[in-house]
Formats: sequence, C-alpha cells, structure tokens
Amino acid sequence: MFDAPGPRARRRVFWASVVSAAVLLALVALGLRQFAANGQLDADRWRPYLTWPVWRYLLGGLWSTVVAAFATGVLAMAGGLLLALRPNRFTRAYAEVMRTVPVLLLVYVMLFVLPSFGVNLPLFWKLVVPLALSHAASYAVIFRAGVESVDPGQREAGLSLGMTDGSVTRFVVLPQAVRHMTPLLVTQAVSLLKDTSLGYVVSYAELLFNGRVLANYNGLLIQTFLVVAFIYLVVNLALSRLAHRLEAARARAAR
Amino acid sequence: MSLVLEGFLNTVALTLLSFAGALLVGLVVAVMRIVPVPLLRGAGAVYVEVWRNIPLLAWLVLFVFGLPEVGVRMPLFWTAFCAIALYEAAFVAEALRSGVSSVATGQGEAARALGLSFGQSLRHVVLPQAGRRVVQPLANVAIALTMATALAGVVGVVDMTRAAQRINLELAQPLLVFTGAGLCYLVMAAGIGFGARVLERRLA
Repeated sequence: MFDAPGPRARRRVFWASVVSAAVLLALVALGLRQFAANGQLDADRWRPYLTWPVWRYLLGGLWSTVVAAFATGVLAMAGGLLLALRPNRFTRAYAEVMRTVPVLLLVYVMLFVLPSFGVNLPLFWKLVVPLALSHAASYAVIFRAGVESVDPGQREAGLSLGMTDGSVTRFVVLPQAVRHMTPLLVTQAVSLLKDTSLGYVVSYAELLFNGRVLANYNGLLIQTFLVVAFIYLVVNLALSRLAHRLEAARARAAR
Repeated sequence: MSLVLEGFLNTVALTLLSFAGALLVGLVVAVMRIVPVPLLRGAGAVYVEVWRNIPLLAWLVLFVFGLPEVGVRMPLFWTAFCAIALYEAAFVAEALRSGVSSVATGQGEAARALGLSFGQSLRHVVLPQAGRRVVQPLANVAIALTMATALAGVVGVVDMTRAAQRINLELAQPLLVFTGAGLCYLVMAAGIGFGARVLERRLA
C-alpha cells in the first residue's frame, strides 16, 4: 500500500505515532481510572484468581466447552458431508435456512418445544444438537468449496487411468480438497467453540456458565468474566494461529 | 400481540443500528490496519483479534452486568447495541481489509508512480475497486449480525427470539410461534441479500 518512506514521510509517521500513542494511552488511562474509581482494581477482588480452586473450576468449564465443541464438530462435519455430497433442492434450502436462523432459536426449540412433544434430551445434547444442526450447513459450504477447488483435470486424469469414480473421489480429489480446506476448518472450529457459550442459556456447565456460577458465588462479576474472556481469547488465538500456519504451509506447497 | 411487535421492532432496530455502528468502527479499524504507522497497525490487529476470539455472549454479559459496576450506566438496549456493534466491527474490518488487499498491488504502485498521495490513491484508485468486492462479504456480516442480535435476548432485551419464547409460554403453540419467528429472520436475511445484489450491480 505504500513505498519505503523518505525523510518527510518518516517525520510524518513519527508524529502520527506520537499522537496515536497519546490517544491510545489516554483511552487506557480513562478505562483504568473508571475501574479504580469503582474499586474494581483492589487487590482483594483479584486475589481469588491466583488460587488453584478457582482456576480448577474454570478450567473444568473449559474442558466441558471443548468436549461439547468436539461432539458438535463431529456431528456437524458428518451432516455437512451428507449435505455437500447430495446437492439437491432440499439440502440447499436447509443450508439457506440454517444460515439465517439464530442458533438461539433452535436452542429454545430444544428447551421449550420438544419437551412438550415428549422429547427431553440431557442438557449436553440440548446444547450440542442445535449447534450441530446449524454448523452442518457451514461445513457443507466449506466441503463443497474444497471439492470445487480441485482442478477438474485431476478427476479426468484419474478416470483416464481406469480408476473407478469412487476411487478417484477417495484417492485423488478428497486428499487434495482436504488440504485446501484445513485452514477454513480450523477457523470454523473457533466459531464453534464460541457458540458453545450458549451453554449459558441451557445451563450446561461450560466455561461461560461456570463463570456465571462463580460470579454469583463470590460476587466478583467483572473479574470473573474478564478472566473467562481471557481464557476464550487464549484458546481461540491459539487455534487462529494454527489456521494461519496451515494457510502459510499450503501457500508454500502450492508454489 | 404487542409483544410480537415489540420483539420484531427491537430486532430490526438493533440490527440496523448495530450494523451502522459496526460499519463506522470497522471502517476506522480497517484504515488503522493499512496506514503506514506501525503503532496504529498493531492496535488495529489487536482490536480485531480480541473482539472476534471472544464469544459475543461473553461480551454481552460483560457489558450488561459489568459496565454498571465501573460506573457506566446506559439503558439495556444501548448497552447491547454497543457490545454487538463493537463485536461485529471486527468482522467488518476484516471484510474491508481483505477487499482492499484483493485490489492488485500494481494498482497502488501505479497510483503512487503518478504522484498520488497515500490518501489520494486510497480514495481514487483502491477504494472504488474494492467497493464492489466488499459488498458480498459485508452482506454476510450483516446476516450474521441479524442472527447475533438474538443473543441480546439472553441478557434481557426483548427481541424477536425472546418474545417468541415468552409468547410460547402463554399461547402454548410452539410450532406456530417459533416457525413465525424463524420466518421473520429469513425475511430479514432475504432483504439483506436482495439489497446487496442491487448495490453490487450499482457499483459494477
């Protein structure tokens, strides 16, 4: 977007840096002042977060989050594969509807509608099933794009070697498609992990719900939810980094 | 019946206002990420990573229950608006940035070779070409935002999803109520998709 700066541009960048540093510092200072003025920075309010029991409780929540995200991911990928392999009017309509209806609405159907029809699943599935139904549509889009990203010449070459249609798909197209899709799949995992925070609504003891329980117990609302947000941030940043790495590796392999 | 209307209007208002807010903040963040000032680029990147790696529901809980504890009091609707707008701004910024970087580097180089300044080349060369390419990604963000407003119901805003749940408690007509609410979201998404296609053709 810009050339290597000359002396005048360097001066301008310098002053812009000074001004923006001042503005950013002022914003941070304002926030801290607001926290301090309301006693939210007192050491007493943060000390519990240096103790193991609190962390054990929150990390237990994180574990449940990961378990729910994993179960959802497996189900949603299976569903997405089915949807992607059979592109017809029904599957397209399904994907379109799931792309626009909030997951929360599906969760409410699970919580308030199905029980009156005699379907009352355990809490875990009340969270996982709606998430899987909704994410299956996203996975279908990723899978379809992945398969389409493989050069049609690859399939033709396989067929001309006398391979059957099924073995071309399995040994030629899918391995290449998977390599193309991996970064997107990791990004999707981040979105899935974030969506499991709906456990807050269904009372499934995942990270955000545990945060709520903890905040109700010790009354340290801001501290608890900041720590919870921090845990989400660390986990998802690690996943995003992984996606970047895979993307870079793919770009290198393509060259 | 008034609950239905209240829920629907709140969802529409929250969607429109948050998207406007997200566009504004997202534009600022996207510009921060492409200017030649390292500090601003870093700050923009931090903004995007922090906001989009933490679930919106966690942000909503922090804002709605946390802000009053540090002495910031706002009506519930506007607190939810702030959280949703700031969250989606990260996605808007990413959509805008990828639109700008999809314009071939040769275009920017040509503009500079002609002696245009950074602002001029951005305004006259890069942005007009990026404009059409960002319509579809931005429409996707808008649809995601429509769905995201449902989460405001969890922290107490009477939006369409929340209204549906409350009406269902009274009417005990679950299929009707929830299908109706689902249809409303479909219609809104279809409206956004239609608007995006019109806009795309205009900018072509």
